[in-house]
Amino acid sequence: MAIQTSINGKPVALAAEPDTPLLWVIREELGLTGTKFGCGIAACGACTVHVNGEPTRSCNLPVSEVAGKSITTIEGLKSADGMLHAVQKAWISAQVPQCGYCQSGQIMAAVALIEKTGSPSDAQIDEAMTNICRCGTYPRIRKAIHAATGQAAKAAKPAEGGA
Amino acid sequence: MADNPTADMQAAAPAKRKGVKRRAFLIGGVAVVGAGLFGITIADSNAAKSAKARLEADGGYSFATWLKIGEDDSITIYSPHTDIGQGSNTGLAQMLAEELDAAWDQVRVVSAPAEPAFANVGLGRAFLADMTGQPAIINGIPQSFLSFLARQMNLQMTGGSTALRFTGRVTFQNVGAATRLALIETAAKRLDVPADELTTQDSHVIHAKSGRALRYGELAAEAATLSLDNPPKLKDPAQYRIMRQSMQRLDIPAKVDGSAQYGIDFSVPDMRVATIMAAPVRGGKLTSVDTAPALAVKGVEKVIKLDDAVAVVAKGYWPAISGLRALTPQFSDGGNGGISTASIFKAQGDLMAKGDADSTAGDGDVQAGLGAKPIEATYQVPFLHHAMMEPFALTAHFKDGKLNIWGGMQDPLASKMMAVDVSGLDADDVTFHPMMIGGSFGRRLPMYMEIVGQVTKLAMQLPYPVKLIWSREEEVAQGAYRPQSSAALKASLTKEKRITAYRNDYAQPESAESETVFPYTLPAVSRRHFAHVSNQQTGAWRSVNSTQQGFYNESFMDELAHAAGEDPVVFRRNHLKAGSRHLRVLDEVAARSGWGSPLPAGTGRGVALVESFRTIVAHVIEASVGDDGMPKVHKVTTVVDAGSIVNPDAAMAQIEGGTIMGLSSAIGEAITLENGAVQQSNLADYPLLKMAGAPLVMDIHFLNSGADMGGIGEPGVPPAAPALANALFAATGKRVRNLPILTQAKA
Repeated sequence: MAIQTSINGKPVALAAEPDTPLLWVIREELGLTGTKFGCGIAACGACTVHVNGEPTRSCNLPVSEVAGKSITTIEGLKSADGMLHAVQKAWISAQVPQCGYCQSGQIMAAVALIEKTGSPSDAQIDEAMTNICRCGTYPRIRKAIHAATGQAAKAAKPAEGGA
Repeated sequence: MADNPTADMQAAAPAKRKGVKRRAFLIGGVAVVGAGLFGITIADSNAAKSAKARLEADGGYSFATWLKIGEDDSITIYSPHTDIGQGSNTGLAQMLAEELDAAWDQVRVVSAPAEPAFANVGLGRAFLADMTGQPAIINGIPQSFLSFLARQMNLQMTGGSTALRFTGRVTFQNVGAATRLALIETAAKRLDVPADELTTQDSHVIHAKSGRALRYGELAAEAATLSLDNPPKLKDPAQYRIMRQSMQRLDIPAKVDGSAQYGIDFSVPDMRVATIMAAPVRGGKLTSVDTAPALAVKGVEKVIKLDDAVAVVAKGYWPAISGLRALTPQFSDGGNGGISTASIFKAQGDLMAKGDADSTAGDGDVQAGLGAKPIEATYQVPFLHHAMMEPFALTAHFKDGKLNIWGGMQDPLASKMMAVDVSGLDADDVTFHPMMIGGSFGRRLPMYMEIVGQVTKLAMQLPYPVKLIWSREEEVAQGAYRPQSSAALKASLTKEKRITAYRNDYAQPESAESETVFPYTLPAVSRRHFAHVSNQQTGAWRSVNSTQQGFYNESFMDELAHAAGEDPVVFRRNHLKAGSRHLRVLDEVAARSGWGSPLPAGTGRGVALVESFRTIVAHVIEASVGDDGMPKVHKVTTVVDAGSIVNPDAAMAQIEGGTIMGLSSAIGEAITLENGAVQQSNLADYPLLKMAGAPLVMDIHFLNSGADMGGIGEPGVPPAAPALANALFAATGKRVRNLPILTQAKA
């Protein structure tokens, strides 16, 4: 029986087996390849999408659990007229991606964080942005999140002592 | 490479030697530029002709196979390198466009086809020791570095931080400059003016006197038929307007909207998806497997047994991996079932204790200099997993006698040749289609790309296209790891706090000599390699042996400074040559980091200075240990001397990323063995640094020393681990001699 859901604002009926992780339905059944496979155990976040607005790791979420819910992938971030989301623009300005493979997930996590907090602090970024980037783009991700929320680049702070 | 040429190279070499006049510069109908410099391209004129035809099939005019100019002024550059995210394709385009005086907004870069005509001649050139007349840049490369590359090398390889240094400087700048001259010559004829009255700018040839200008697009057809008699002269760097600018990377827009297509994203109609499990104990074989449990999974179509692995082919990845997990395959252990992390360290220690080195380097009488009571320390580092974020994934289709393969590898041409070997097909019947790569760090180099052989074997026996995806579990368990390695260091000091003799004994599979630069001037130095080979496949891990050697030497220098009772920066200064680049980098990092200024209690500062790939990097790290035992890096100050930089912002990104990768490995990463098999299973037990663990402040400075261009992708890594270990010693008094730091903290 088809699972009814909505992807990037469009209703879809999914034919996948109910235990199939949402990631593979998005990638293989819907052909939306911007959402990536990294680990399969929700450890790296490359597969992050929004389910009803919540950042969600899709690689171990059975598709049956998203019936009736609204899913947004990286392909759905652009506005209707094709304009990039402010976070995507900030990512280009800060020249964040290197290999780029994790960046769809990073951007989805960042958009959700910004929607929730408005203008996240460094501590909030540390807490929410737990996606792995092997290229080590973390400083630029932080910079882009601040820039996207109108916060000027933070001046170099003195080291916080460990004592 | 000279010992093991590919079939193409063998065919090409005689033609190159006989038929080519050095220093002739042709860019004509056979798509050739610079015979003297680009011997390999011109060697096979059939390959060059077919390359030209292929490039011009959709319009435009090809120059030297590396460049195409369209009638609409579009400029397409064909890169033989794989941009793994380090920005090398943008950098190569900047180098060619600079000399061409191209309009930057018209430039795009695509992957060169995996064919010999597009072999990476800058690199290839560096290996052909019998060629003469090479440009000065190659003469300046130490033989030891060439031998490293010779080990790694195939003609489309990306690695060793070589893209801009070799392909860029040797090939692309010359192609751009030669094409510009051909365009000027064409314009001179058409405008009937002397060529020296013409200038170029933004893809136009301009005659200022008469106020006339011609577009490159309208000159290209005729220019592409010209031959030049002399090599072009490259620009004075003072005239640069594209090089040395932070141009935005050309690959980034597609990486923020999900449209970038990586190897794993490829699909064709009727394609099936496969996944695979190889013998957990490397060296073992598949002995038996009951295929029924996999075939019972809905969507599974086939179970294929390979010599040392079992693969499940299904309608999608989920049924494929579910089917594989349902199997209980039996593997032999190849006699390696007794190998463990501990047994390797023990064997390495025993080898060094025995003292029978496989190779030695250095000079001076170290034995005498060490005296009766040297200072000694032993260090150990584990196997490291590359953890590229995109797991191995290749699609292959064998149909009508032809094999096509799609995906991302660091050497597309070598990938093709491996598929040729495995399939038994003719090279002409195998095509490798290079795609974007989701990280590599050395994992996708030719010697360790067993997935090419696997997917070829699957495709040869399937009637439909098949995409083979490795699970992360397979990636972690079947790596081409940075070697597990041990070292025993000894040195003696004079009363004046000077080192008299310094010995670095180390045990691992291969000699690290070609990646070790010891910058200190001492009366006697010795490096001795003790070869120990385990059952694991070891390979190049970002910055190769410079990570272990950097950790050993820069940790031990710190220990010696403390033993001498001298400040670690002062101690290093006193052993560096006056006026050297290393000394300048050290002084700069000390000044910029506020070395010696007070820090909060519990926080320490550590310094490390490592040269790798001809770039010198020093880090000063401020760090403490949190209540949870986790090292916390607060600030990194970095000074880099890479000679000169093509794209400052992209270079900065490489140093940021390299530093973080170095910290990540130092803090938490280890692949360990028990009973011959890898114990880690996924990223949950192979902890990589995340945002919260990355330094909040990274202060990076480049010195433009004007020295020959060094690499930029790798040199940020090696000094990170020792600078952190030295900072933690300053903070806590505890010396880190075994990595990763976390296992040591827990123990």
